[in-house]
Amino acid sequence: MNIPYTSSARPDTGLYNAKLGIWMFLASEVMLFGALFSTYVLLRVNASVWPHGYEFLNIPLATINTVILISSSVTMVMSWAALMMKQFTKYKLYMGLTILCALAFLVIKYFEYSHEFVEGRFPDTNTYLAIYFTMTGLHGLHILGGIVVNAYLWGPGSKMWQTDPVRFTNRVEVAGLYWHFVDLVWIFLFPVLYLL
Amino acid sequence: MSDETSLPGKAGKHSSQKQVEGVGVGTHAHVHHEEHHHELSFWRHYVFSTDHKVIGIQYGITSLLFLLFGFTLMMIMRWQLAYPGEAIPWIGSWLGPDRAPEGIMLPEFYNQLGAMHGTIMVFLGVVPLAVGAFGNYVMPLQIGTIDMAFPKLNMMSYWVFFMGGVIMLVSFFLPGGAANSGWTSYAPLSVIATTGQTAWLFGMVFLITSSLLGSVNFIVTIIQLRTNGLTFMRMPFFVWAQFVTSFLLLLAFPPLEAAGVLQLMDRLAGTSFFMPSGLVVSGVPLTNAGGGSPLLWQHLFWFLAHPEVYVLILPAMGIVGEILANNTRKPLWGYKSMVWAIIFLGFMSFVVWAHHMFMTGMGTVISAFFQTTTMIISIPSIVILTAFFLSLWGGSIRYTTPMLFALAFLPMFGIGGLTGLPLGLAPPDIHLHDTYYVIGHFHYVVAPGTLMALFGGIYYWYPKVTGRKMSDVLGKLHFWGSFVFLNGVFMPMFIQGLAGVSRRLYDGGAQYAHAQDVLWWNEFMSISAWCLGLAQIPFIINFFWSIKRGEKVGDNPWEATTLDMAATTSPPLAHGNFVQIPEVHRGPYEYSVPGAKRDFIPQHERG
Repeated sequence: MNIPYTSSARPDTGLYNAKLGIWMFLASEVMLFGALFSTYVLLRVNASVWPHGYEFLNIPLATINTVILISSSVTMVMSWAALMMKQFTKYKLYMGLTILCALAFLVIKYFEYSHEFVEGRFPDTNTYLAIYFTMTGLHGLHILGGIVVNAYLWGPGSKMWQTDPVRFTNRVEVAGLYWHFVDLVWIFLFPVLYLL
Repeated sequence: MSDETSLPGKAGKHSSQKQVEGVGVGTHAHVHHEEHHHELSFWRHYVFSTDHKVIGIQYGITSLLFLLFGFTLMMIMRWQLAYPGEAIPWIGSWLGPDRAPEGIMLPEFYNQLGAMHGTIMVFLGVVPLAVGAFGNYVMPLQIGTIDMAFPKLNMMSYWVFFMGGVIMLVSFFLPGGAANSGWTSYAPLSVIATTGQTAWLFGMVFLITSSLLGSVNFIVTIIQLRTNGLTFMRMPFFVWAQFVTSFLLLLAFPPLEAAGVLQLMDRLAGTSFFMPSGLVVSGVPLTNAGGGSPLLWQHLFWFLAHPEVYVLILPAMGIVGEILANNTRKPLWGYKSMVWAIIFLGFMSFVVWAHHMFMTGMGTVISAFFQTTTMIISIPSIVILTAFFLSLWGGSIRYTTPMLFALAFLPMFGIGGLTGLPLGLAPPDIHLHDTYYVIGHFHYVVAPGTLMALFGGIYYWYPKVTGRKMSDVLGKLHFWGSFVFLNGVFMPMFIQGLAGVSRRLYDGGAQYAHAQDVLWWNEFMSISAWCLGLAQIPFIINFFWSIKRGEKVGDNPWEATTLDMAATTSPPLAHGNFVQIPEVHRGPYEYSVPGAKRDFIPQHERG
């Protein structure tokens, strides 16, 4: 017996199960990052001195990272659109690009982190660096999670295209929603931590 | 689809014929001959199962064991409170020199017991039983679907929860023992505490992840998998309660996860999120950078922990609603207003958290705001409780065992709720905060309140799960023992608290001059607690004895209207639940409809 609405939409809600599920999951993610942003605000409001990130962080590198992440969101949509048009090779290409962008983001982040460490700036140096490393670290873990899922959908998971193309397309759409969210978090992190 | 039943502890395979005998009523004798017969291994069937019913039973048994364990911790604490400084009898010598040298409890061990009692009861006992067990087992049956929307996530949710529980248990054996900064883990105390606190934080991350997976699953299942005809306003009240609870779990837990990560950073990476500048511990100034805020932890913690209170109480209300309607043979009074009240309750529970923090110096303006919202949130609770009481009016009440528990819930939750009002206002809270009055208040909500309802739920759904009824004699023994001794434990706490006895004293207040007049209650409460332990023995015997020996029941043992009881066999079919997916044609509680030939009309009956 199969569970209803795994790939087709329920008429009165217009959603298939996983799509509603990912929206619910993202709602909880909003609360997770919301709590961290609130922490940032409270710590900063109460601080007598607050170091400014732009004085020592590498803004050009972070800008490149922002562009990379936004591009990866675009390629993610393209990969889903390719599946909707039944172009599997194009899907492979765009999904591959998405994964490469995500990896590039992490490599740049690695250089940024190691630069801070070399300069003697660690999470326990001050409260600003503590929240900087915690938030970007947690965001990095989310990127890593996205890479794992996308790599699965690009590699072994893509066999489902042969057996159940509708469901596979849905999976890519759901992974895409998550990926856009991770991207969006960075869009907030970048100005808050680097520019303000 | 398999034809095997999913009884706990039954490892053997049953032929379809055998199961039909177990059902007692032979109306579905031929339904088990399936076209596809999957042979599931023992492991996939009873351990790593994706069937919501098996997972529900797993949650149920695990959480009952944790409830017993958490209660045992408290029974040990109560010895120290009643007879401070005296050796603990029987088990004292087993505890070892780190915890109780020569059987006399150390203050450090007392702190561990207190912190872990709270943690285990809330996160590993009541919530998994109320949501994980009852929600998982009953909700899909009540909405007429074959399983949860994401069965694998459901299985994962249980095993992640299990891992969290194991971490909490193992933490007792770490150097310095388990977490000892209270279940609230207030910083900076918790940041400088022993290793057990790190284990506590990791354990919490597992428990939070588990409830996240569970709540997404519940919400999607309720929205997407309701059977034809089951509109939102036809859903049983229990389903509504689970629905709102899931939203609370989904949205309130992540901030605690964030707080847990920050506290882990404080403990492991040396950051100062919750560490103020210039802290001196045991005469030694700390080397932290400082600049953090202990209040921040309290805000993040209570942003979870206040909605958590409603996570504890709403499923209990759902269970009471089902039992009351069934045993009064009347529709629930004011079903629609109850639904709106529970939605409003869920919403408001997110904006009352700082009433736990009136005495922290966060300011009178913020206090005034949270006092107001706290008074507002009492309204929907009263709406629901009043509707329950009015439902009794003019009913032909069946005093079954589950009904006794449901009836006891009403005044007990009433006491818990009403004693909360003085705490929700800042001026009386100056006197009452951090006293035994607070302990009495929230235990009345959770123990004589929620736990009574959960026990009622076990007696109510046990025949559905096993096909056999629990013994009424033992059940009533369990009920009266629990009812009397629960009040014996918690009522004197109000007396002590009003006299100003602090809740955090290792000797139960012996050193306080003003506590001397009410000190004798300590022994009374402790003896009540141990007798309460004895009163659970009939339940434990009943629970196991009835699996094989209980009175056999038919498919609808309580003559109920909801799908879980009326449209399934007892027990429901493994992997699929229903012989045929029922369609719903009417509201959830059509009892004693004038002119009908029976006093109940199941939801799936036409006409």
